[in-house]
Order: sequence, then C-alpha cells, then structure tokens
Amino acid sequence: MTADTWRPGASLETLRARAALLRALREFFHARGVTEVDTPLLSRHATVDRHIHSFAVPGEPPRFLATSPEFAMKRLLAAGSGPIYQLSHVFRAEEAGRHHNPEFMLLEWYRPGWAHHALMDEVEALVREAAGAPGPFRRLTYREAFVEAGAPDPFTADATVLRAQLVARGIGCDGVAADRDAWLDLWMGAVVGPTLGRQRACFIHDFPASQAALARVRPGEPPVAERFELFWHGVELANGFHELTDAAEQRRRFEADQAWRRGAGDAVPPYDAHLVAALEAGMPPGAGVALGVDRLLMLMLRQGELASVVPFGWDRA
Amino acid sequence: MALSTNDLKPGTKVLFDGDPYSILENEYVKPGKGQAFNRLRIRNLKTGRVIEKTLRSAETVDEADIAEMDMQYLYNDGEFWHFMDPNNYEQLTADKTKVGDAAQWLKEQDSVKVLLWNGVPLQVTPPNTITVKVVETDPGLRGNTVQGGTKPAKVETGATVKVPLFIVEGEMIMVDTRTGEYLNRAGK
Repeated sequence: MTADTWRPGASLETLRARAALLRALREFFHARGVTEVDTPLLSRHATVDRHIHSFAVPGEPPRFLATSPEFAMKRLLAAGSGPIYQLSHVFRAEEAGRHHNPEFMLLEWYRPGWAHHALMDEVEALVREAAGAPGPFRRLTYREAFVEAGAPDPFTADATVLRAQLVARGIGCDGVAADRDAWLDLWMGAVVGPTLGRQRACFIHDFPASQAALARVRPGEPPVAERFELFWHGVELANGFHELTDAAEQRRRFEADQAWRRGAGDAVPPYDAHLVAALEAGMPPGAGVALGVDRLLMLMLRQGELASVVPFGWDRA
Repeated sequence: MALSTNDLKPGTKVLFDGDPYSILENEYVKPGKGQAFNRLRIRNLKTGRVIEKTLRSAETVDEADIAEMDMQYLYNDGEFWHFMDPNNYEQLTADKTKVGDAAQWLKEQDSVKVLLWNGVPLQVTPPNTITVKVVETDPGLRGNTVQGGTKPAKVETGATVKVPLFIVEGEMIMVDTRTGEYLNRAGK
C-alpha cells in the first residue's frame, strides 16, 4: 500500500463525467416513460449461472450479493410494473482485470411487449445520445461475426476444429477437453470480440442455443437463441435477451445449471424460487438488457481500464 | 505454493512444465455469460524465451522458488564463477553456462545480481554500467576528437568495446553492459 492509495483511482474530471453520464441516462428513461426501480442487493437466492460466482454473506441463512438485478426486476414485471430500469452496483467474485471489477455498475432495463430487435434500437439510441457514440451501429449475426473474424462456423464446427484453429493462433488452452461452449467462449473473448465495433459500435445477435442464458430459443435448423450483445471498440458493453417466460423451462435450466456446478465441484447456491413463482403467475413477454455503465464511461473517455473510471477500484476499496 | 491464475500479477514467478517463468502480462478474458480465461505472456527464466499461454481462470499454478540476490563477484577459475553474499559471507558457485554473456562484464569485487532457483544460480546480471581498464587497443590517431570513427578495444573483464580513436591502453572507460557501448572516459 503506497501513501497515495487513499486517493481515488479516477481523476476528479472523470468523476464529473461519470456524474454527467448518470444524469444523461436518467433523463433518457424519464423522457421515454421508463420507471426507475431499486431492488435489494442481498437475497437468500443466488444466480446458478455456471460461470458466475456470487459473494456469500454469512448469516442464518446466508445471503448472496446480487450479480444482476434481473430476478427482482422480473418479479416486478410479473406484478404489472410496466417498463422499468435500474442503475445498480452488482458483485461477481473472481472477476478482475482491465475490463472487470468484482463490484461494478449495471444499467438494466426491461420492455414488456417488445421483441429484442426493438430493444436493440433503444440501446442504440441510448448509447448514441448519452455517450456520443457515432452511428448507425452495425448489426451482425453471431455466425457472421465469427466468419468475418476468420473463425470457424460456430454452429457447425465441432470442438476439435474449434480447438485446432485456436492452437494454430497460439491460443490453445489445456484443460478444456471436448467442451464446445468453452472453445466458443475463448474464440469470442480472445479473437472475435476484440474485432467488433472498432469504428461504429456493433450488435451481434442470434446466438447458438447453448449460449442462450435466459433467452428464448427460436426453433429452426439450427435453433438460435434470441440474444444480442453490443460491442464498441472491441469491448463487450451490453447483453440483451428476448426473455424466457416459461416457468417450467426456467426451472429446468436452473436445475441443469445446479447439476453442472455440482459436477464441476463448484458451490451450488439455491436458485431463485421467487422468480419461478413469478413466471408461473405470468410475466408479460418482452425483452431486457444489461449494460456496463463503467465500461460505457471508459470507452467514452478513451480510457484503457475500468480502474481509472471508478472512484475506488478493487485494489483501493 | 499454489496460486490461482487470477493472482498472477506481472513479476510473479511460477512453474510450467518444470521450468521457472516470470509473468509479463496477464489478461483476464470473459465473454458475457461465458467461461473465463487468463491469457498470459511469460518469460522462461532458463532460456529467456517469451511465450503466450492461455489457461482457464481460477486454475492453480505452482509458484517458483525464485530469488534475486545482490552478491559480490569474487573470481573465476575458467570453469566456475564464485560469488559471495555480503550479508553472511556465504559463497555460491555458478558454472559457465549459467553466467553466460555476463562473464565478459564481471569485475572482481563488483556487486552483481544473481537469480536463484531453488537456491541454485540460474542467471547472473552485471551492473548496468561498469568502469573498466582498456588492456589492448591500437594507438589510433592522436588528437583526433573531431571526426567520428571508432576502433575495437579489449577491456580487463574480457569484452571488446568500440571506443573513440583517442582512447589509449591503460585508460579507464565507462561501458553500458546492456548494450556493450562505450559511454565516456572515466576518471583515474
């Protein structure tokens, strides 16, 4: 610890820009009639997402810090809230790096009655207005993005081909056996993603069904997840979904994730039963999106790392 | 000691395939809703080669027992080079291959950096600049300080350095050991 680590890691000018961005985001939603909500950061339930680790807070019962406000916001939607947004700190253990801080700020919003393409239009409007990003934004399918970046076809290439071509680029990874999704993740994270949105920001949509998360899957040949992401300057900025509303399917996915985590020797937290109950009561169909506010500020200000746009990064908190 | 890939800050020393490496860069890569990886740039401390390595995040890696010590160079007998820890007077020897190119810059009594792996010398680094005597060089052209022009000169530690034409045998010069370049004349 040096003498100066009591100071913020961001300049005062940056902190003023951060405040201006938050204000611009709130004005955007106010003008469009989307209501701000704030939901608990602590819950008895956690995400059981295979690759996200929650911070647990000791207690009887232990509680978990939110990795996203999604579950609580969907409960509000099922209760008839109409369109809502939230600006919230969220917490993901073990995620630290140039573009990751275990505590970070998400902007998450939901549009009942919209499909994901309409929400993409709104995400574009928000990022162009609040962050001054030049438009129009490109839109590519997941497959087109891979092919353009020189990667194999993500829908048809098998694990061996995906692996072999990564090895040929010096990005092989031992310890990832025949897991197609792991290879797709490495392709996206190390090769495809960094090429996206270099001049104009770029959406990618129509993900492989195995990467659906909480999105609907559109049947077809091949089946496709109704999910989109926004990239700007090679950095992933937002993740959006045409939301799953089928309670039985949601429970099935939660249980499958728990089983996977058990098999991988990971902690298996309780999945959010309130969310399943809310879906059973009936959540209106619609689309939702989560956007990284710190990353948006970082890209607007042409900074290279998250630590320089938050008051106190992980090392100083 | 086992370290998580997420703890590998630049400068950390680890073992891969039995060799010691220094971490140069560690990039955390995690696509949304996807698995996390660490992309590392690492230098092999035995061979000096820099390679890239991708690991799944949170995998464990063994820390390498690497220490860098300031030691005093004593002498060499052509086969072994002898160094002494000035704190406890303990002596260490390193063979010709471990000393490598550094041998031509080692002056007796000078303080040098010795990299130790499991207590055994792996690499020797001389001081960035040394002051040495020129032991062999042609007379050159007296008084010629205006024109450029250099000539080779052998110094007391064994290296050959390009020096200005006015330098004569017996003179002390300062040399940058990293580049092998003459810096300036040194005082007596």
